[in-house]
Amino acid sequence: MSTIVVGGTTYREVESDTYESAPASKRVVVGYGFWIFLLSDIVMFSAFFAAYAVLSHATAGGPSGMQLFNQRSVAIETACLLASSYTCGLMQLAVTARRYAVTYGMAILTFVLGAMFLALELREFSSMIALGAGPQRSAFLSSFFTLVGCHGLHVTAGLIWLVVMMAQVAIRGLYDATVERRLLCFSLFWHALDIVWVWLFTVVYLKGILS
Amino acid sequence: MSDTYYDYDRAPGDASALPDIEQGRTSGVLVYTIGFALAVGLTVMSFWVANTSLLWAGGVTIGLTVLAIAQMGIHLVFFLHVTSGPDNTNNVMALAFGVLIVILVVVGSLLIMADLNDSMMPGPELMNLHMQR
Repeated sequence: MSTIVVGGTTYREVESDTYESAPASKRVVVGYGFWIFLLSDIVMFSAFFAAYAVLSHATAGGPSGMQLFNQRSVAIETACLLASSYTCGLMQLAVTARRYAVTYGMAILTFVLGAMFLALELREFSSMIALGAGPQRSAFLSSFFTLVGCHGLHVTAGLIWLVVMMAQVAIRGLYDATVERRLLCFSLFWHALDIVWVWLFTVVYLKGILS
Repeated sequence: MSDTYYDYDRAPGDASALPDIEQGRTSGVLVYTIGFALAVGLTVMSFWVANTSLLWAGGVTIGLTVLAIAQMGIHLVFFLHVTSGPDNTNNVMALAFGVLIVILVVVGSLLIMADLNDSMMPGPELMNLHMQR
């Protein structure tokens, strides 16, 4: 404990680990910033969810969710996205342990499962539009295509991001701190998309089948 | 004190690095597997609740909402490693604020629109006073 004497008065130097600790590492700062972005993204989704919930009965004489939704296809989509979230988590562990083979393997699994999800969703959209139930048919369908399509766009962006990240792993390696931070952000993004999908299949599909 | 200092904040999505809850790679796999199993269980339950005729129909919507909240919690804890630990306070505070805004937007919209629907002018058959007894 050191003391400082200034003009006859003795000051004891305050030792506090919170004040003296180093600034947060770049990984923490970047992760936190991306966390804030994800939360704002979820707030945007909540506006689309609110619009859908308000408009879900405004079918304007057109087909309702009960007539349009295929529950089996939704269940397979859910399984794909959930499994891809799991493989993404395993990929993140392999990244931390710097194991290249497992990282690539899990990334490929994540990509394939995500692509299967997207293919099923696009097939569902095209079959609905072929039935004349496109987004211009009713307010219900406009809000449906906006909400589910927005999630699908996020998944598409995630798949592109994953390919780019694997190229960066191949070129710069897993010991590169920048690549590691970007992979952390990617896994946050992918898990957040899965949380949005949990609400999507509950609010849109399962409640649509009920009413 | 520099000798006992460790990173006091933790990036969201990172597992805790505090010594007392240190997790090796094997237990990391276990955490994700437990989370995955619980999430699958809750998803299957949601689909079952929506399709069964065993439950009182009025309670199904509430049941689905509860299951979705539970599954969101599972994802946050097991996949995004959100904990109540001191190294995670910033992440949890940001999350709490996000949840507050989401609830305000969704519940607020639903309440206002339901209220507007209630205040709408009644249909022509009710407006025709000569037909009412």
